[in-house]
Amino acid sequence: MTQHRSGPEQARPLANVETTQAEAGGASTDGSAPLVEVEHLKVFFPIKSGLFFDREVARVHAVNDVTLSIAEGETMGLVGESGCGKTTISRAIMRLVDSTEGAIRFRGQDVTHAGRRRMEPLRREMQMVFQDPFASLNPRKRVGQIIGLPLRLHGSERKEIEPQVRELLARVGLHKEHVNRFPHEFSGGQRQRIGVARALALEPRLIVLDEPVSALDVSVQAQIINLLDDLQDDFKLTYLFVAHDLSVVRHVSDRIAVMYLGKLMEVSPAEELYTKPIHPYTSALLSAIPIPDPEENRRRERMVVSGEPPNPINPPSGCVFHTRCPRATDVCRTLEPPLARYPNGHLAACHHPMNVSPEEVKATEKDRTSPLSAGDELPAASGANGSGLGDGH
Amino acid sequence: MSEPPAPAAGGPLLTVEDLKVSFATEEGTVQAVDGVSFELSAGEVLAVVGESGSGKSVTAMTLLGLTRFPNAHFEGAAHYKGSELVGASDDLLRRVRGAEIAMIFQDPMTSLNPVQKIGSQIVEQIQEHEGSPQAEARERTIELLERVGIPRARERVDNYPFEFSGGMRQRVMIAMALSCNPSILIADEPTTALDVTIQAQILERIRELRDETNAAVILVTHDLGVVADIADRIAVMYAGRIVEQGTLDDVFYDPQHPYTWGLLGSITRVDRPRPERLPAIAGLPPSLADRPEGCHFRPRCPHEFSECTKVPALESRLEGRPDHKDRCWLSASEKRVKREVQPGEIGLTSKEGAAA
Repeated sequence: MTQHRSGPEQARPLANVETTQAEAGGASTDGSAPLVEVEHLKVFFPIKSGLFFDREVARVHAVNDVTLSIAEGETMGLVGESGCGKTTISRAIMRLVDSTEGAIRFRGQDVTHAGRRRMEPLRREMQMVFQDPFASLNPRKRVGQIIGLPLRLHGSERKEIEPQVRELLARVGLHKEHVNRFPHEFSGGQRQRIGVARALALEPRLIVLDEPVSALDVSVQAQIINLLDDLQDDFKLTYLFVAHDLSVVRHVSDRIAVMYLGKLMEVSPAEELYTKPIHPYTSALLSAIPIPDPEENRRRERMVVSGEPPNPINPPSGCVFHTRCPRATDVCRTLEPPLARYPNGHLAACHHPMNVSPEEVKATEKDRTSPLSAGDELPAASGANGSGLGDGH
Repeated sequence: MSEPPAPAAGGPLLTVEDLKVSFATEEGTVQAVDGVSFELSAGEVLAVVGESGSGKSVTAMTLLGLTRFPNAHFEGAAHYKGSELVGASDDLLRRVRGAEIAMIFQDPMTSLNPVQKIGSQIVEQIQEHEGSPQAEARERTIELLERVGIPRARERVDNYPFEFSGGMRQRVMIAMALSCNPSILIADEPTTALDVTIQAQILERIRELRDETNAAVILVTHDLGVVADIADRIAVMYAGRIVEQGTLDDVFYDPQHPYTWGLLGSITRVDRPRPERLPAIAGLPPSLADRPEGCHFRPRCPHEFSECTKVPALESRLEGRPDHKDRCWLSASEKRVKREVQPGEIGLTSKEGAAA
């Protein structure tokens, strides 16, 4: 169970890929190529209308020029509010939605427009755990059939499957006797364990976790997160962990990317994001989380952003966050900020960064992963200050 | 923001006494609520906290007669301003619902009528309870929508629910709940379905409205962060019973029940360094059709001892603190020692070293 196949058809990674990854601050330091690379990815959904012919009348800009790489063995947290495009990116990587522009590479192979046949061998290596443990398991199948199905589809012998399923059940903390039960006999947390076992069955390299614990109770959330943590160590897994708030991803992530309205706002080593959020949006997300400590809550000054995210059919000009940002100025309304590089591989797309020293601002450069539409205007040192969470009013 | 609850002039607004709700099912009798008692005064926010299946929503819904299914059985009492709600006639309940006690449901996507304009859904309620003329009710509706923070309310009053985002729909629900100036607002997980930045706005709004109207709020939630943000008092529920009850600071800083320790210990905090492993409460809550004898938390509790097979009463076990009640047999001094997993840090040790 613990070894991984070394892919015989593994392609040589492109030369420029390694530099991109180093600059993006990929967590793996062994110099290997990233497992997943997303380059200037755009996913637009057409809105059609018309009596006889479907005419495209508008487009939802779900993912709008995002560049991101995930190193082997790394956990990348992808965070943002509903409608920011985080789920669309994860689905594009899994080839569940078609990309409009840009490239997606898995182990160096371009899979952006790969068809069913080309994806089939790769499917073994990328699996997904879904948000809703009630909707993602077939209610008419027994647990053994659910977990065994990927094995059967990928050609395992019937008699090999059963012992494997039992082993998987034990591995995710369920009993072997559960193999003949139906999903409705389990609680939400146990169902999510079944979902995890199914994802593990083919010994994948990458597991995309789309809000795997949001539907669970707090005490059960911790159990599942700890389980995912253990499995990652045992099976050397790479995770893309999608979540809508910053409190959950922290415990599993090596790096965290914050998205807003289809764009990357900030990419940071996990722990640094909490102590030193550079983008005001990250800061707003952090300060919106109520702290479960009454005194601390009364004491702290919170940055409450007003309004709601704008419509992704017609995103704002300049920085997409400027309509809700307390620090926005004229430049934000007209010029899209590039992803500026700060120490420790910390990237942020903001004209008025927070929590950085003037020296750090002076030393920034435009990162290669910046959107193509972004300007070259880097934040001015005078505009920066070492402000904390409560700042920005 | 969290001033002490205003002492009600004429005693509490709502008194729930030994409320029991059970449902007959194929698997046997499910005791969803088992002897819940609490009081609620004007202007205070009572948070009812617990995991799914703890009976918190059933308690709240029973107050409005929303659990009157053919297989349901009720015992106990709920006095509201001289009337009795548990055995109340449908007619009385109809007058209370919306006008005296209003409810905000968890899911703003499914709790509005999708084929009716949001304005007319609110107008309907105002006319039903107060018989105001159409034009007047409509003006009131627009005013209410403005008050809960819906921009361009005069235009949007004629929109359908699908034209609103989740946060906006929840605002519409709040406007509807407030339309007849209720004295009690029951909010069942009002922000669970919303994004964090919107959650902060909605909580702010509920707090302001409480201050303006002096309504009492029952907030049903599983999120202790939300509780710390808005509640005056807390009732912690587990498997149908209140296991601990007290003021916000009592429960957070001097928790008496091991389940509360576990809950407090298992929440993640963004303002602290991250721990190696997340503390989890081992095991699962019991099935409500087959609950363990005595203390229901016993099978998951690392501090269980012989006494625990008897049901502990919900009473004050601390000298001079009559309002801080709990259901745990451990002595106060034992609790003080056992709840510290690390100096100054409250949590639940794992049961006999067994991992979750």
